Amino acid sequence: MSEKLLSVQDLHTSFFTDAGEVQAVNGVNFDLDRGEILGIVGESGSGKSVTAYSIMQILADTGKIVGGRILYKGEDLSKWSEKQMQGFRGKCCSIIFQDPMTSLNPVFTIGSQLTEAITLHTDKHGREANARAAELLTLVGINEPEKRLKQYPFELSGGMRQRVMIAMALACEPDILIADEPTTALDVTIQAQILELMQDLQKKLGMAVILVTHDLGVIADMCDNIVVMYGGRICERGTAHEIFYNPKHEYTRGLLRSIPNVNNMKKKLIPISGTPINMLCMPKGCAFCARCDNAMKICLTEIPQELWINDNHKAACWLNVRDAFEGKEV
Amino acid sequence: MSDTLVEVKNLKQYFPVRSGFKTIPLKAVDDVSFTVDRGETLGLVGESGCGKTTVGRTILRLYEPTGGEIRYNGELVTDRNITAMRKQMQMVFQDPYSSLDPRMTVEDIIGEPLDVHHLCSNRKERREKILELMSYVGLNAEHARRYAHEFSGGQRQRIGIARALAVDPKFIVCDEPVSALDVSIQAQVINMFEQLQEKLGVAYLFIAHDLLVVHHISRRIAVMYLGKIVEVAESDELNEHPVHPYTESLLSAVPIPDPDVTRARKRILLEGDVPSPLNMPTGCAFRTRCRFATEQCANECPALTDRGGGHFVACWNK
Repeated sequence: MSEKLLSVQDLHTSFFTDAGEVQAVNGVNFDLDRGEILGIVGESGSGKSVTAYSIMQILADTGKIVGGRILYKGEDLSKWSEKQMQGFRGKCCSIIFQDPMTSLNPVFTIGSQLTEAITLHTDKHGREANARAAELLTLVGINEPEKRLKQYPFELSGGMRQRVMIAMALACEPDILIADEPTTALDVTIQAQILELMQDLQKKLGMAVILVTHDLGVIADMCDNIVVMYGGRICERGTAHEIFYNPKHEYTRGLLRSIPNVNNMKKKLIPISGTPINMLCMPKGCAFCARCDNAMKICLTEIPQELWINDNHKAACWLNVRDAFEGKEV
Repeated sequence: MSDTLVEVKNLKQYFPVRSGFKTIPLKAVDDVSFTVDRGETLGLVGESGCGKTTVGRTILRLYEPTGGEIRYNGELVTDRNITAMRKQMQMVFQDPYSSLDPRMTVEDIIGEPLDVHHLCSNRKERREKILELMSYVGLNAEHARRYAHEFSGGQRQRIGIARALAVDPKFIVCDEPVSALDVSIQAQVINMFEQLQEKLGVAYLFIAHDLLVVHHISRRIAVMYLGKIVEVAESDELNEHPVHPYTESLLSAVPIPDPDVTRARKRILLEGDVPSPLNMPTGCAFRTRCRFATEQCANECPALTDRGGGHFVACWNK
């Protein structure tokens, strides 16, 4: 089958606030294949979470998809009714949120929250649904599932709650799992458990995963392909190997230089200067140009287009265009 | 004069917790000892709830210690006048949003310690001192009359650092100072900490949960688990040859931003969660999650012992 599982085409999402329109996502394109793990990395305000929420169509009231298309197995999601979208969420595509403390309802038991998803999307009810819930808890590595089903979220630790969230997301075996900073609120040892679990489950169930995070370490560990976002646009994309060892956008380069790594412990870190952009007053040209050390005149006025670096790698930076013109190997 | 600036000995910090009719102690910090030398950085790492923040706060007497000694320059901190003591030791807090008074201008925030300790005789001197501090941390003079809400997270953290530096302290407790910042901003702040140390010779107790950041900034690292220090060593030594099983799995769990390295190595996964500090396991606190636990671990708590070269470990089996 040649068609992509999910295809995001020229997505524009804006928030209409009192201070004006905030273009949180500004022309994002990417495709997701079956069984692929795609990482979306960027700092806060880069539009990575909004991209994920746009796919699920769970934006806040002020947010609206103002342009572009999202195709799921070739069908345009914007043409779907809310009822159809309800079927899409959970069954075709589900999402895990950052904070396991607030994304579970405190007044319902784990069991009733899990079976809700199961009874809504499948024809299992009552005892059958309960059995399925227990099975799911076992799948995500929770001991004594029958006992846990009767407990309330406050009785579980953060790692456990995130496991419950994953179980809930997997209840209907979706094709796509979106994980929005799934481990940011967790401790490192618990984070390692959850990442390992997600890798196992991905292999076992063969679903595609979109992992949204700011942690380059997590990305390096988990992802086949990486999309780097800055200021609502994609600045670079490619395989994990290309992005980490052959970065071609100044932002990605800066990011990799600025984080402590095994190789730069004795050296000074090289920070990215300046502060993250204000999305209310986006520059005319490249979003990163104000912080870029090698910015040129054209960067201020023209938005760079993505340029193929090689078969597995694209970057949107004018420097690459210049190098290509000067005949240098990009 | 010895090189030791701060000495913490058998520090205990218990918090009373009501449980039904009884009040039971929550042992947030239990028998912790370490030293910080002049001008050095000691990193303190551990998972949430292990007591690392409590250690930092107790040193500054934001809490009164339940037991043990804290010495600054050989003098007992608890004997000294708290104001005089805080002229030597300061703190930078984790959250740059809630640690600055929203109704004060930057000038007043940084100037407050100067006023409290009567360090300036007139307004002109005060203003000059504030501008000097602001330039240390990379803030412009025109920022002085603005309010905290006008700044980004990274800039607010700079204000917090300038405030800590105002009294010219010799020791600063940095409690997760970069955790709330964006990745691209973290490096700016880490570099600033390092530069200020070179320039002013100030010592840091750098509390954080991000091991890569701590490794980068610290000369030595202490690892805490459930209120106790389980291992102390030079940063490189700790990272290359961790001895305690907890340190080992903690290090193996850190995702390294390098696909080849991180995929090649094997994670040592810990099972389960950290036990509740209200219901601590007997003996070694880590034994419930430890691969090597024996009967001895359940009966007796191992003490920190020297394994040579300033590498201290608290473990029976390693």
